[in-house]
Amino acid sequence: MKAIVNIFLKEGVLDPQGKAIHHALDAMNFEGVEDVRMGKQLVLKLTSDNKEDALKEVTQMAEEILANTVIEDYTIELV
Amino acid sequence: MKHVAILQFPGTNCDLDTQYAFEKLGCTTTVVWHKERQLPLNADLVVVPGGFSYGDYLRSGAIAQFSPIMNAVIAFANSGGKVLGICNGFQILTEVGLLPGALKRNIGLHFISKFQTLKVVNNSNDFLQKCDKERVLNIPIAHADGNYYIDEEKFKVLEENEQILLRYSDEHGEPMVVNGSVTSIAGVCNQNKNVFGLMPHPERALEDILGSTDGIKMLEGLIA
Repeated sequence: MKAIVNIFLKEGVLDPQGKAIHHALDAMNFEGVEDVRMGKQLVLKLTSDNKEDALKEVTQMAEEILANTVIEDYTIELV
Repeated sequence: MKHVAILQFPGTNCDLDTQYAFEKLGCTTTVVWHKERQLPLNADLVVVPGGFSYGDYLRSGAIAQFSPIMNAVIAFANSGGKVLGICNGFQILTEVGLLPGALKRNIGLHFISKFQTLKVVNNSNDFLQKCDKERVLNIPIAHADGNYYIDEEKFKVLEENEQILLRYSDEHGEPMVVNGSVTSIAGVCNQNKNVFGLMPHPERALEDILGSTDGIKMLEGLIA
């Protein structure tokens, strides 16, 4: 089983990289973009097959190290 | 004679500058490798110096916060010991929760390396006790992730408790946007005022020939 962890800056926390990418898209004449947020994705290959245990463990990992919850939100998807 | 413990992680690159600075100011020093579990017993001050610990992987300071020595640093700070984090050291101290807030990518995305004027916001603490309030200092900065963030509620606490140490300013002391920090904050301390963090590098401002001696008064406060 894999855990896919997506980490983004919280809504309301300015994302300088997303903003710069948005500017670049504007400069390239891509007009249909309202906002860009840049984040990161971590793919964890897990040994466990128990979704409940895995979610608990990966949540703990996200809280303690993978995300900085002062500025970032995360989502976890198990596949 | 005061003894200063200077931490060294893989990727730290200001450890020897920091050692030079405190020895020049009359201290004895030990450089402590991050895998150690104990600080020198005679340490009066612990400095987490600048650099790129663990290559800034994941986030600046994110991996270093779990190095074995950090438990000893947390215990030292919690028992009232003085801790200073400079640049990457500031990032590590926020990641580990010894200082409030977090440091994000600079607003212009550039790595900024230059002399920068700073205003002393509060000097009711050991670190800046020798600097006059409102005084403008000239200290080098060198960082990509110095954009200080803190939510409004916690910002109010910082302000009320005089935990804001320094702000980026122009030469007259007017706040200036350098990297996007909340209200141009360049350095803060914890509520008990024994843990200090700043992005600028006072250890690089000790000699006229290198452009400024304003770092002396800052560092001297911690070893007074």
